[in-house]
Amino acid sequence: MGRIVKVSGPVVEVEIEKGEKPFLFKVARVGNLSLTGEVVSIAKGRATVQVYERTEGLKVGERVSFDGKMLSIILGPGILGKILDGLGRVLPFSGERIERGRGRRFFPEGEFEFKAKVNAGEWVKEGQILGFVELKGFNYKILSPVAAEVKEIKSGRVSPKEPVARVGNREVFVFEERAVRIPSSFKNRVEVKEPLLTGQRIIDFLFPIAKGGSASIPGGFGTGKTVLQQTLAKWCNADVIVYIGCGERGNEMTEILKEFPKLKDPYTGRSLMERTVLIANTSDMPVSARESSIYLGITVAEYFKDMGYSVAVMADSTSRWAEAMREISGRMGELPIEEGFPASLSSKIASIYERAGAFLRGSVTIIGAVSPPGGDFSEPVTRHTKRFTGAFWALDRELASSRFYPAVNPFNSYSRYAQFIKDWWNRLGDYESLRNWMVETLQEGERLEKLVKLLGRESLPEDQKLKYEEFNLIKEAFLRQNAFDPVDCYSSPKKQILMAEVLRKVSNWWHKVFKKRGIPVDKIVSQPVISKVLKMKMEVDEEHLEEFEELKREIAEVYEEFLR
Amino acid sequence: MKEYYRGIESLKEQLVFFKSSTIKPAFGERVFVKWKGKEVPGRVIEINEKLTLIEILGDSSGISRDALVRFTGQMFTVPVSEEMVGKSFNAYGEELKTGRKFIGREVEVYRKPINPFFREYPKEPIVTGFSAIDGLNVLVKGQKLPIFAVSGVETEDLVINLVNSIQTEKTLTVLGIIGLKNEIVDYLLKRISGNTIIFVAKASDPPAAQVLLPRTTLTVAEFFAFEKGVDVVVVLFDMTNYCDSLRQISSKREEIPGRKGYPAYMYSDLASIYERAGLIKGKKGSLTMIPVLTMPDDDITHPIPDLTGYITEGQLVLDRKLHKQNVKPPIDILLSLSRLMNDAVGPFHRRFASQLYSAYAKFKTVEKLASIIGECELGEVERKYLEFGRRFLREFINQKEGERRSLEKTFRIGLELLSLLPESELTQLKKEDLKRLKR
Repeated sequence: MGRIVKVSGPVVEVEIEKGEKPFLFKVARVGNLSLTGEVVSIAKGRATVQVYERTEGLKVGERVSFDGKMLSIILGPGILGKILDGLGRVLPFSGERIERGRGRRFFPEGEFEFKAKVNAGEWVKEGQILGFVELKGFNYKILSPVAAEVKEIKSGRVSPKEPVARVGNREVFVFEERAVRIPSSFKNRVEVKEPLLTGQRIIDFLFPIAKGGSASIPGGFGTGKTVLQQTLAKWCNADVIVYIGCGERGNEMTEILKEFPKLKDPYTGRSLMERTVLIANTSDMPVSARESSIYLGITVAEYFKDMGYSVAVMADSTSRWAEAMREISGRMGELPIEEGFPASLSSKIASIYERAGAFLRGSVTIIGAVSPPGGDFSEPVTRHTKRFTGAFWALDRELASSRFYPAVNPFNSYSRYAQFIKDWWNRLGDYESLRNWMVETLQEGERLEKLVKLLGRESLPEDQKLKYEEFNLIKEAFLRQNAFDPVDCYSSPKKQILMAEVLRKVSNWWHKVFKKRGIPVDKIVSQPVISKVLKMKMEVDEEHLEEFEELKREIAEVYEEFLR
Repeated sequence: MKEYYRGIESLKEQLVFFKSSTIKPAFGERVFVKWKGKEVPGRVIEINEKLTLIEILGDSSGISRDALVRFTGQMFTVPVSEEMVGKSFNAYGEELKTGRKFIGREVEVYRKPINPFFREYPKEPIVTGFSAIDGLNVLVKGQKLPIFAVSGVETEDLVINLVNSIQTEKTLTVLGIIGLKNEIVDYLLKRISGNTIIFVAKASDPPAAQVLLPRTTLTVAEFFAFEKGVDVVVVLFDMTNYCDSLRQISSKREEIPGRKGYPAYMYSDLASIYERAGLIKGKKGSLTMIPVLTMPDDDITHPIPDLTGYITEGQLVLDRKLHKQNVKPPIDILLSLSRLMNDAVGPFHRRFASQLYSAYAKFKTVEKLASIIGECELGEVERKYLEFGRRFLREFINQKEGERRSLEKTFRIGLELLSLLPESELTQLKKEDLKRLKR
């Protein structure tokens, strides 16, 4: 127990009673309203508590109790499809306003059919699967917390309150409790080799992310971070998706809450929500809960990873999280370093992205949006994020303001995963050489675009003009992708390869015709078949991929005519 | 019974350090400070065992350590009543004309966050009569769409036109004036009338009153929106003054500053204002917000517009160059955006806006090029873009004083302008749109 001696915003100082020994990150219940908080610093006889709810109305002298645990979350069957706040309380709370000191943490409800996979008397390893609980088409695997002998286990109906097994001297339930700030173990890490497919061509084909990798999406406001994050959440082929709305706009969160339950999982045809956990913390919800929401989300992801699933975490936005950290450290009077951020900024960012990884069983992929102040990529959060993530999808204001989406700038973006996943792609077609061709053309295009901006397209010599047109064709026909068009919103890897093949075909013909006949570039590129190429992304759907062959034939016919 | 306490330890402009030995005030509590026959409201902003830090929300001139403090045991409130329509008030809900506190139900001005589950997603447009908004950056009921102004442009005229144009029998406008000069306040008060409620904290009012004002304004607006079922549009003008007042107070409190001296919690603070816009499930009304702020040094990356941009759903950015070319309103559409527009308009409207955006962006590139190599060196298509862009500013964006354009008219003008370009350039439009253009 303790009592309040000082209140300043979300930071409360507590005088600790004799005999009480709170430790760092211990959960505290503060004041008569019993607000939830966390111990963030301890001195002799004093503790500082960061409170997760608004502190208005607290008085000096009110009681503070320390309930003995670190901030933790209960994980178990039924957590998929749930929406939690930054503290792991289940939304919706009743009532149109969020009241303080209320809300219940997640706990599995009802009875479950447990199917044992091992027998009593067997020795199991830590993390080994003891059995399953199936719920809404999803297999929740119940893992052994220790390496020991299975003393008791049996299949059948259980309530969450009774153990399903006894391993060594531990009782195992259908649920487990995990502290959110402690990473699950990093044992059994393996090299990433499979792409996390998103259906977004500029990502999958040019700047891919691997299952178990990490990526950041930096972009000033209005460049389409949130739309991209939501698109990725909708289409990526992970088994489980954890979407963290960290300090985001209320209306946007509402859109997600409304949209997601309606969305169909493109892979199973069931509701997307059945394999999603949403963590909702809008910008006007308390700042401390915003800080914890990212840890909470990653803990949920690790729970499913340990079962062997591939999990994708989308965090929007990590800058809001860093800002929460800055706000709290400021309240505690910590000496700030650059731009007011605490000195621990980079290690905190690292600690998040380092929880991504591919493992013998399961993977956690983390995609974090970053909102650099003023769109300045050299600011601390973006800079440190760059250090600890493998793919970088830079959003560009100029592309966004001409409504070119996704506004991923192909020149500033990169991915270190391309080399790891190329074998996977090469089985579908000539990925490596198509990608190299595209990357080179884009590179050359960037140089030419600078010239065009200065001197005009007309000033380019004919052969350069042709290259410039090739660059524009790739941009328009391939990189630009409409998230609102029913056909264009998602491209399978096969379709991406076929589209790239069509484009390379066009490019080959253009160069051939130009070299052999010297026909003016404007004439070569303005053939009606090109407008078909520009529209192929919307007009050829996944069911009719053979139409690309037809298109290739048509292209050949048109340009053979020139050579006759 | 009113009990007054003596015990002020020290004073620092708006801040009172009160010795709290017997009284146990609550964090955030409303208090009154009395000296020389006047009583001024204040708020408890920090408490510890020995001292209570009180922020005076009024004029603190003449205050001494002899002043008395009265504790209310309540949070800060403002009166709300249907009788307020057509009247003007200060930050505490006192009528400007009489100086008397308005009689109404007292409601707390600092509100709890809206449960995201109880929000309704905005999808119904509000017609403002401006093509640059209705055609390209649609304002949606329940949205917060700020205006990023620049100094030297008469933003007050745009505010007046907007307020008078949006305000209809069914829509109530509430204007919160924050930290503006006397002459501009008078100018606004004279030209805005009818179905509007105005709240004023002038430049000469204490910073704390300017910080309170948006909350007062929004509390009254929420009453009409969520209790009376009215569509309310709140204009807060100018949020830059709000942030500067916040910085001033924060520095007096000796808080560790964030970017450019603004408090590190400014994001959360602004969010607690902006997030009060929205729709609530099962309620008829709506609260739409247009915060107006002047970008310091025209810098969109300055913390005030930057943090605002991350909370609000888009922005309308004004441009001094356009203003000098006499384009009214001088909205730079390339920097402007309405995030909620896509779900609130039909497919044609989306394509229309997207095509105009692409074409105008192309015009800007061509214009830059022309200034380097000269217009004669441009290709034929490029010259067409030049003509399109110039006429677009003059005929589409620019509007006559008081002109309120219908959406149909906005479409007509836009399509006519697009017909200046070769059909092959109109890649965002569908065949049927082009037909509509020829009709």
